[in-house]
Amino acid sequence: MKVVSSIIEFKHVNKYYGKLHALKDINLKIEEGQVVSIIGPSGSGKSTLIRTMNGLEPINSGQLIVTGYDLANRKTNINKIRKNVGMVFQHFNLYNNHTVLENITLAPKIVLKRPDAENKKIAMELLERVGMADKADSYPRQLSGGQEQRVAIARSLAMRPKVILFDEPTSALDPEMIQDVLDIMKYVADQGITMVVVTHEMGFARKVSNRLIFFDQGHILEDRDPVEFFKHPDTDRARQFLSKIISKD
Amino acid sequence: MWQILTGYWSEFITGFGNTILCSLIAMFFSLILGVFFALLEVAPPKIGRAIAHIYIEIFCNIPLLVITMIFYLIIPQFWVKVSGFTAGTIGLALYTSAFIAETVRSGINSVGDGQMEGALSNGMTYVQAMRYVILPQAIRIVIPPLGNQMITLIKNSSVLAFVAGFDLMYQGDIVAFSSFQTIETYVIVGVFYLGLTLPLSYYMRHLEKRLA
Ligand SMILES: Nc1ncnc2c1ncn2[C@@H]1O[C@H](COP(=O)(O)OP(=O)(O)O)[C@@H](O)[C@H]1O
Ligand SMILES: [Mg+2]
Repeated sequence: MKVVSSIIEFKHVNKYYGKLHALKDINLKIEEGQVVSIIGPSGSGKSTLIRTMNGLEPINSGQLIVTGYDLANRKTNINKIRKNVGMVFQHFNLYNNHTVLENITLAPKIVLKRPDAENKKIAMELLERVGMADKADSYPRQLSGGQEQRVAIARSLAMRPKVILFDEPTSALDPEMIQDVLDIMKYVADQGITMVVVTHEMGFARKVSNRLIFFDQGHILEDRDPVEFFKHPDTDRARQFLSKIISKD
Repeated sequence: MWQILTGYWSEFITGFGNTILCSLIAMFFSLILGVFFALLEVAPPKIGRAIAHIYIEIFCNIPLLVITMIFYLIIPQFWVKVSGFTAGTIGLALYTSAFIAETVRSGINSVGDGQMEGALSNGMTYVQAMRYVILPQAIRIVIPPLGNQMITLIKNSSVLAFVAGFDLMYQGDIVAFSSFQTIETYVIVGVFYLGLTLPLSYYMRHLEKRLA
């Protein structure tokens, strides 16, 4: 059953890996069009949080409503959610047995049943957009990390999703590749697509996103305007975290 | 040697034919069963995993001869009588299917979780992800070891000799006993087996290079 609500809503969500309590009573509403950055120490549960949003990780209790469907309900057809919620991974996860073009057209063809000619047209436009049109017939293994990630974003966009989840999309990239990918993410944000981005790129978090979540030990410690957050973090944990990151640069 | 071959030509050819027939039937069913149990073992439902696991453990860890004897001697006591050829072929198919299941499962696992997660996040169902992304990659990994298993299967088909299955080995025994030319006879039998396994082995090597 479809219910009217925020595009993503966590209500008292808990998640365990065996005995490890990875998400602790999460309450969170994300509205359509928001660009939310999630930052926090490694191992704090950021990936777990974002991976629950498209059902890659099941939750143990609470309610998690995404694009109107409750992920905690066994009867929910998870594919209905995933058609509208794309994901971009740290390690790209392009289909190794398909060319760049096929990577983008495969899901629209078999999931959305969109006609081939239209898929190809949309795919080529997107490849143009991410600067990868000349690599349409290459295989993922022939691309650099930055190129793979640009294709992965195009692959997500081809589904015309309402939401795209990004889990550290630039963490596996050589430094000179990072800006290209961030520029494309800025473009995605400008399209009005709701974005949830786990990132270590503080520039992106401050300038592009309009909401910032500081996550620590399975809790949301701060949930605020990014510019304000970077000026005056509320919590000691966030201050410590920021001082470590900034002293690294 | 030449006299043995020509003198017992029809015995050898009957055996050779039965070995080929048994191997082809066992290949067909072991591949189907093997792939089926491999898919069952990697699929999300726990019950399927458990069933596949038990099946594989049982047939991997009992000698082929014992499995064959069970079908040849024990099943007929409770149910229907089976010929040696049938019992041997069933035994061979089940035994080999367990090893094929293990090979295919490890091939699927070596494709990596990231491919499945990418496909699922892209909106595909589990079955679509398997069909369009995971299995095409797994097949390339799995073909060389599967080829070896087919060669082993042909050699193992000699189990039919123990249950009067009229295969190459059984016919060889008959020729050896009646001609008293034991060494020559088994050399000829060996050459017949090579006639099957060597071409297959070369073909697999060729395929391996093409896939690499
Ligand atoms: N599949 C898993 N099985 C068991 N523990 C896991 C699994 N995934 C993550 N964890 C644990 O959950 C915690 C949160 O991990 P994660 O969400 O990956 O954190 P982050 O992305 O913030 O680094 C860590 O302690 C991690 O070891
Ligand atoms: Mg992570």
